[in-house]
This record gives sequence, structure tokens and C-alpha cells, in this order.
Amino acid sequence: MTKDAVEALSLNNITKRFGELTANDAVSLSVNVGEVVALLGENGAGKTTLMNVLFGLYTADSGTVRVFSETLPPGNSRAALDAGVGMVHQHFTLADNLTVQENITLGVHSLMKLSLGRAAAKARITALSKKFHLAVSPDARVGTLSVGERQRVEILKALYRDVRVLILDEPTAVLTPQETDDLFATLRLAIKEGLSIIFISHKLHEVMAIADRVVVLRHGKMAGGVDTKDTDKNALAAMMMGTEATPPDVSPAKLGAPLLALRNVTTPDSGSIPILKSVSLELKAGQIVGLAGVSGNGQAAMADVVGGVLNPRDGHVVLGTEIVQKWTPRIAVQSGIARIPEDRHKTGTIADFDLVENAILERYSSKDFSKGGWLNWHKSRAFADRIIDKYDVRCPGSDTPIRLLSGGNMQKLILGRVLEANPQIILANQPVRGLDIGAVNYVHSQLLAARKRGAAVLLISEDLDEVMALSDVIHVISNGRLSPEFKRGEMTPAQLGLWMAGQGFQTDTAHAS
Amino acid sequence: MRLEPIKNPTLARKLAPPMIALFATIVIASLLAMVAGANPFTVIGLILKGAFGSTFATLETLNRATPLIFTGLAVSVAFRAKFWNIGAEAQLYAGALMTVLLGTGVLPWPSFAILPVIIIAAILAGAVVLLVPALMKTRFGVDEVVTTLLFNFIFLLFISMLLEGVLKDPMGMGWPKSARLIPEARLPRIVDGLRLHWGFGLAIFSAICIWIIQTRSTLGYEMRAVGLNKEAAAFAGIPVNVVIVKTALLSGGLAALAGFSEVAGLKGSLTLDLSPGFGYTGIIVAMLALLNPLGVVVAALFVAGIFVGADSMSRAADVPTYLADIMLATALLLMVLAIMLTRFRVVRE
Amino acid sequence: MDIIDILFTASFWAAAIRIASPLIFATLGELICERAGVLNLGIEGIMVAGAFAGWMAVYSGTGLWMGVCVAMLVGMLFGLLHSTLTVPFGLSQHVVGLGITLLATSSTYYAYRLVLPQVTSPPKIAAFQPYEIPILSDIPFLGPALFSQAPLTYLAFILVGGVSVVLYRTPLGLAVRAAGENPAAVAAQGLSVTAIRMGAVMVGSGLMAVGGAFLTMSAFDSFFFEMVNGRGWICIALVVFGSWRPGKALLGAVLFAAFDALQIRVQQTSLGTDIPYQIFLMMPYILSILALVLMSRRAQVPAALMVPFNKGER
Repeated sequence: MTKDAVEALSLNNITKRFGELTANDAVSLSVNVGEVVALLGENGAGKTTLMNVLFGLYTADSGTVRVFSETLPPGNSRAALDAGVGMVHQHFTLADNLTVQENITLGVHSLMKLSLGRAAAKARITALSKKFHLAVSPDARVGTLSVGERQRVEILKALYRDVRVLILDEPTAVLTPQETDDLFATLRLAIKEGLSIIFISHKLHEVMAIADRVVVLRHGKMAGGVDTKDTDKNALAAMMMGTEATPPDVSPAKLGAPLLALRNVTTPDSGSIPILKSVSLELKAGQIVGLAGVSGNGQAAMADVVGGVLNPRDGHVVLGTEIVQKWTPRIAVQSGIARIPEDRHKTGTIADFDLVENAILERYSSKDFSKGGWLNWHKSRAFADRIIDKYDVRCPGSDTPIRLLSGGNMQKLILGRVLEANPQIILANQPVRGLDIGAVNYVHSQLLAARKRGAAVLLISEDLDEVMALSDVIHVISNGRLSPEFKRGEMTPAQLGLWMAGQGFQTDTAHAS
Repeated sequence: MRLEPIKNPTLARKLAPPMIALFATIVIASLLAMVAGANPFTVIGLILKGAFGSTFATLETLNRATPLIFTGLAVSVAFRAKFWNIGAEAQLYAGALMTVLLGTGVLPWPSFAILPVIIIAAILAGAVVLLVPALMKTRFGVDEVVTTLLFNFIFLLFISMLLEGVLKDPMGMGWPKSARLIPEARLPRIVDGLRLHWGFGLAIFSAICIWIIQTRSTLGYEMRAVGLNKEAAAFAGIPVNVVIVKTALLSGGLAALAGFSEVAGLKGSLTLDLSPGFGYTGIIVAMLALLNPLGVVVAALFVAGIFVGADSMSRAADVPTYLADIMLATALLLMVLAIMLTRFRVVRE
Repeated sequence: MDIIDILFTASFWAAAIRIASPLIFATLGELICERAGVLNLGIEGIMVAGAFAGWMAVYSGTGLWMGVCVAMLVGMLFGLLHSTLTVPFGLSQHVVGLGITLLATSSTYYAYRLVLPQVTSPPKIAAFQPYEIPILSDIPFLGPALFSQAPLTYLAFILVGGVSVVLYRTPLGLAVRAAGENPAAVAAQGLSVTAIRMGAVMVGSGLMAVGGAFLTMSAFDSFFFEMVNGRGWICIALVVFGSWRPGKALLGAVLFAAFDALQIRVQQTSLGTDIPYQIFLMMPYILSILALVLMSRRAQVPAALMVPFNKGER
């Protein structure tokens, strides 16, 4: 039986420019009632920008948005919400110090109203949560919730407002495979209730699983639109990247001695951040160790210990054969550890410093760049120029403030400054997050080259595909504990997903200490 | 409305803020002068004449600028590291106190011996005074804005207590005033017969030293890094808390030199009205100078000129002297706004 | 009379509550600003401006309550200036706040000198008189202490309850709190962060000005320089001490005022002749610093305090 195709929403020839960058170039997209349309593309393709235009966070330079045949006034989130469009953002927009109920009811009632209507709101939230299988506790403080629970709150925010079109921006980036299944189950319930869904992703298998139709964006332009039943992953990948996607060429590992080890490391309790619990890990020369896991399971603690930022409360860090006595970021750098931090804006670079000042950030006090408390700008500038040249950092000059560079070029500078010191150990924490495909390939090739050179690499990433493609050996981290090591090719994503969800840790007693 | 970063600001765009701030300040001063019933051109003219119109006036301006250079430097050093030192007033008095403690006869040494000792002691006194709020920040996370501010009130009361008690000048006819400094402890005049003293030279020298430290030393690099992005600095291995403490010590010491300079160069003794708010005015100087040490000298001269000029204008034109403070507050706010507009474009959404 | 005796007199507590009144208004005002995510260091200057504006209105012939309204309006205007620079333009809240304090103070002094150029002693107005609430003011001890206060004091106490109710039980209050916790959450729900923050700062500044007006229109009856004398800064400490909650802030203000009232009285006892009076005057400021240190560990700061919000920032 064919459904009468009623158009729920359409974006028509949307163009949006930011200065010289054209983020969206005459893009059109439409969704019918009861349909799931996937918006597919690599990082930087323009998916989030398009949705921000739809949702009124940006105003398009040209083009219109129509919801149920009504044209939306541009740049007005309120109008979008009132017309029935709801968005679950990639980075959750929740206030940690407020309760679930407060987050959901924020802005729903007119600010002139005298009462919050708590009892009625709670009843409604409970009913919706039952109906759509989104278990939450209305009085819980959002700061105490897990990532999966927070996403449920975000979805409830939209459902509470009776949205008719739900947009989800990369919702599965932070979920285990099992949680992803739960999400899809919720989405199917929503479809049954008459909602339409726009699902933004760069993961092909999910798109094929949940969507009726796929629209592919590449470099801000439309690269294709097909029904999922008429296509397959390879064709989609070709549309997404312009060529057939090829997995990186990984020659077999030439293993060397352990360069860095953690022995039964437990990190101090710091409140909300999960700690490592008696973790043991070895990084051998010439090997990439991948750490797979949902964000918020102790990756930050792991990165901080290896990076010298955190001292273990119990257990030891071992460099080569020596147990480390004093452990600071400076000592870690001096011991030959290269750290690529998770957030290049927050911890990796100083936005208002120029490229020279950022290049010497970790080693300014070493003999190479200073003497007796006085900096040698000549040598520092030469170092920066070398990095810019060798690592192809696109910039007007080494005296440019680094905030004017694109994310990819910033990451290249960071790579350059740590790799130029010929490090034996590399800590790569979410190294390609938010980068376009060109930069992603570059970073991966650098990591593989370092591996070939005999360095030990610890790769921490939320992207299971990335971890599986690059790692010689994988550990799953869940709730601060490490799984046993799995060699390349030994496990399927589903099996790893079980470990990511915590199963497997109870039955495996051999590694519990 | 949205703010969009400008990629490559032209030199003209970068130099605009001080020009715009100056121009707008003059306009507002003119309007206020008219409200007071005076001719705006006369008023502006009198201010200029009072500031730089004669040798005497110019020297007076330079004298007034001296403590402002010190406090301006103190504040700019601290603000660069995002350490909000609002307590320069207390640190100034600490320096003055130390000057009087050591310089009224306890050390009967010749000038070349006693002056360096007093200078170092004053710097230490100011540093210690700011150390307390600094440690409260690094150990307990207490915001330094309020603590340094409240310290001003506490320290001034402390000075008042001392001046009415142990430090009281036995020959002062009952006024709360310290004993006079011995002649060897006085800063000499730059030119005999004129009021300008070597405190001014010391101030310029300090500005140059701070500039060199900030641009060429590792400490200066660390201070800037910590001020711009604390997390990135810590991750890179910069000892953030140590840097904040060092910044506080440097800043407190500079502010204390303002006190030393006023006592040893100008007044000769310590009274409660030694500082008409130099510590607070230093904040304005620092902001107008865009936290640049060499700019502080220029800004201090500008601010001092406005105060000195307004004083003399007020006597002649019957316009309240507070016009100067209004002008500076306006200049400050407009300056900060103009700086932002050189880096960002306002885009209508 | 020794200290214990002093603490048990009704007149002592009546004085404490009177001294607390301007602090209550100003602390509530700063609390509202900070809950929305904006630190308002203009508080000291706005109190000065409010003190003068209210007094000036009455001096020019308006009624007392109209004077309060004028003070509030002046405060709101400075709040508008502050929030325009800090919210849509995102300038440093520290610098703008200090600039506003300087601007408000200096323009007040300028205006005062223009209006009254030659006075040696400041002219007086007919200030608010204490109003004894019928029946309640006859209760022993509590009557004279609590129920024989000036009308503005009663207003201050009512406002504590009012601000509490609005903050925690209305959609507007929820929006204000959310703006101070995560402005992105507010924008995502279709509300304007700019409008909420600017509105909060304006209302808060209005209250600060009323706190200043209390000094010239109720506690005293004339305006003189150095009248506010650091009370604004103390209120910033009181907001932290009260954990950004109106009820606790009220407690802090009364506690603080009690110490202030105590030191005035102790100065007149035998203790007062041995200890220099400056020590007593120092106590309020030292207490504020201690309060800050004690609260720093447990402070539940609004998460987005001092974080500017740029819509749709990439």
C-alpha cells in the first residue's frame, strides 16, 4: 500500500556563505510525513550548517524553508519550533545544574506565565518517556546523567513540544552499538506516530539501516539523492567522497620493546570524571594500540596519565624499564612522548598566539628555544617555518594568529610540533575529530608513518571504524577498566560493542586485578 | 545580530580605537561642559593649557604621571595574565609604608646605599601584600577581584591606625602624619629648582624593563600564555599556579614603587591622602594602553594631563573637576568597544 | 554593657536590620545579574548614582516613593549600558563593570557639584520614617526589632521572597537560571539569550540603585561623598556567601550587618578604648574575605557566569 506522500518540510536552494567559505551551495532537501531522510557527508560537507539554517540559528543568503507548506521566517528558532521542527544537536544543549524536567520545560511556556505547572509537566514527561521507550527520571540533575541518558532528554525536549519533524545531528557518535539499536527503535515508534525524521550522519551502515532516502552533500554541494533500497554502501561512499573509499594500507607490524607501560594504574577521584581502575597497558615500538569506547568511560583519565597531566593514585607508569618517580607534562614531553590533545581549541593551541608561539608551546624552556630565561625567537621562527613547510600548514605566514587557521591546518601544526621532536611514543586523542577528509587522511598517514619508523602509538577514538582500521591491537575501555587486547581482525564491531557496553568485564576474571 | 571575526585587519583599522576613544571623549566632555554653562572650546583649551601649556604645567603633568606609570604597569602585568589586581592602592601604600619605616632615620646611610635598599624593600612589601589574594586564588579558587578590592579598605585602615599610633610624627602638631624622611632617603630632582624628581626616570626605566621581560623572556611568554588560555598552558607543561604567583609578585612590587616614588620623590612623609586613587586610575591607564608596557607611559601622560588640566580648568571656568573622571571612564568604555570592533564585524542576522 | 548584653537588646537587632537593608537590595540585584551569567562590577557606582538620584528627586519636590522610582530608573539605565556592552558586544565584564562604576560615580559627583556648588554641609530632605506595623510591633523584643522599620526595609524583605518565587517557580526565572548555566540550551529552545541577560542586568541594576537610595532617603537624609564606601563590593562577596540563593543572601546580609552594628556599639564600651577604632572598621571587610574563602570549596557557581554567548558560533 502506498502512502500518500505529504510533504512535511522542504529546503529549497539554500545558499549560506561565511566570508569566503560557501558552506551550502544551492542545496535542496525535502522530507515527507512518516519518512526518514538521511543527510550524509563527511566532516565539513555542510550538513550541520544546513540544519542550523533550517532551525533558524543562521540566516541563509538565499533560498527558502517551508514547513507544511508555510514558509518559515529566516533566522528565527522560535518560528521553527512553533512550526513543529525540533533538533537534537550534536553537542547537547543541556544545563547540567538543572533537572531533566527543567531542561525539557525551558522556554515552552510564555515567559509571562506565573507558574511552571510542575505536576502536569512531570505527568506528561513520564507518559512520553513510556511511549517512546526513553527512560528518564524527571527530577534527576542532568549533570549526573550518562551520555545515552542525556540524548534521551534531548529527544524528549523535542517530543514534549509536539514536533512533527525531528532532526538528529550525528546522534550515534557517542553511543554503543546497543544504544544505537535502542535509538533506532525509538525513532521507528516516532515514525509510527506520524513524525518525519532527518538523520545526519557520516556512517554508511546506519544510514542504510534506518533511512528511506539519502541526500549526500560534498563540499557544500548536493552530490546525489537516492532511495536506500536502490543503492548500497559503496555507491554512497563514492558519492560522499568523490572516489571509491579505500581503507588505509597497513603493512604488518614490526614489533619492538615496550616503550611505555601502565601497571595497575588507578587515578585519583575528581568528582564527575570517571577514573581508571587498576589498568595495565603496554605500548610497544612499531605498534598502534587503539582504545575503543563510548566517550566518558575513562578515556580522558587515560590520556591524562599517558600525557603527564595526571599522577596515578596507585600503580606505576613505566618508561622503558624504569618506574617513573615524578610525572608532569614537561617530564612527559622531555621523555619523548608526543601528545595530540582531544580538543585543539581548548587545550592544543592558544588562539591569540601566532604560529611561532604555538609551535614552541611545549618546549619553549628547552635549550633549543631559550637560554637562561630568555627566548631565542630566531630559532623559534625557524622551527615554525620548518613545520609549516614540511606539514603543509596553509597560512598567510608564521606570525598569523592561529585562530585564523582552519581546524585541519591547526591540527597539522600540532602534529608538526610534536612529531618534529622525533618522539618514541605518540598519544593521539581523537586526532581527526571535526576534520575534512583530506586532513583525516593526512593525519592517519602520519600516524602510520610514525608506526613504521618504530614509534609506539596510542590511538584514542570514539569512532570505532577509525580504531578498527588503524590499530594493530585494540582494547575496549568501559567504566575505567580495560578489556583484554584483541588483535587486528579478531573481533567484529558487534562483539566490540558488547565490551563497550560493559558486558564481558564481569565474565573475564583473568584481567581483573 | 552576530559578531564575525575579521581575517586580516588593516593597520588603519587597528589604530582606530585610540583615535575614536579620544575623539568621542572630547565630544562628551564638551557636552558636559555645556551643561555646566561653560563654552566647550574654552574648557578644552583650558584643560590643554593646564596640562602642557607651560613648563610648570608640563612638569606637574609628568609628576602626576609618575605614580600612574607604576600602577599602570602593575595592572597591565597582572591583567595580561588574567589576574585581576584591583588592589594596587593597598600595594602602593605598602611601598610607602616601607619607605617611611626604613627612611626616617633607622638606617643612617648615604643615598647610594639607602635608596636601593628602600626600593627593594618596597617592592617586597607590595609583592607580599598581593601574595595573599594570589594564594587564595591558587589554593582556594577565590576570585581575586573582590579580595584585592577589600584589601584596599583593610590596608588603608591599617595605615590610618599606624599613623595615629606608632608612626605618628612627634613634631607633627597632632596631625596623623609620619616623620619626615632623612635627606639621604629622598629621590633627587632631575633638574635643580624644578619639581620633577627621579621617580619619573625610575618609572620610564621600569616600563622598558617590563617590556623586555614580556617580549623576550620565558616568564613573559608564560604570563601571556596563562592569561590567554590557562588549560592549554597547563597541558603544555607551563606551571600555571607558579606563574600566577610570580605575576602577582611582580605586579605588587610595581604598584609599591608608586608609593615609594610619591613619598621619596614628592611628599617626604606618609599621610593618609598620599594617593588620590592612583591604584584605581592605574586600571584605566592599563586599559587605555591595551596592556602594553610602553603604551602605559603614553596613557599615563594622557591621563595625568587630563587630571592636571582639569584641576586648573576647574579653578578658571567653574566646571567641576569630576569632568576629568567622566572623560576617563568614557574613554575607557569606548576604547574597549573600539578594540573589539577592529577584530569583529557586526553582521545583521 | 558587654557584648552578650548588647546582642540581647532589641535596639541592636533593629539597627542590624536597618544596616542590612541597602545590602539586601544590592545583593539581590547582583544575584539576579550573576544568575543570568553576567558579573556586574558596576554595583558600587550604581549604588552611588541611585543614592544621589533618589535624593535629588525628593530635593526637587517629588514624593519619596517617586524618588525611589527615579533611583531605580537611573540604575536601569546604567544596567542597559553595561549589558549592551557585555552581552551583544561580548566585552570583558570585568573592565566594563569597573568602567561603569567609575562613570556612575563621577557623573554623580559632577551632577551634585553642578546642583549644589557651594554647600559646606549637605542639605537634608524629609526622609522615610519608621512605620510601626499595628499589633505586630507590640510583640516584646520582635516588635521593636522587626516590625518598626522603615517602609523600604519591609520592601526589601518582601523582595527576597518575590525574587525567590520568580527564580524558582516561574518560566521566566527558569529561563534566567538557564541563561546562566548554559545559554546554548536557552537558544535551542527558541528564547533570546541576549534579551534575557540584558533584562536581568537591567532589573538587577535597578535594585542596586534602590539599595543606594536607601542610604540617602531612609538611613540618612542627605547625600555626601564616600557614602557607599565599599558596600557594593561587599555585596559581591555576599552573593557568593549566599550561594546565589536569595534566602541565604538575606541571611548573609543580616549577619554582616549585625557585625557592623556590633562594632559600632563595642567601640563605646571599655573594649573600645583599648582597641583602635580602625580594627573595628576593618572587621566587615575581613569577614567578607573569610566568607569567600569558606564558601569557595562548596560554591555552586552558575556554570556560564562570565561566558559570553555568540549565537551559532562555529
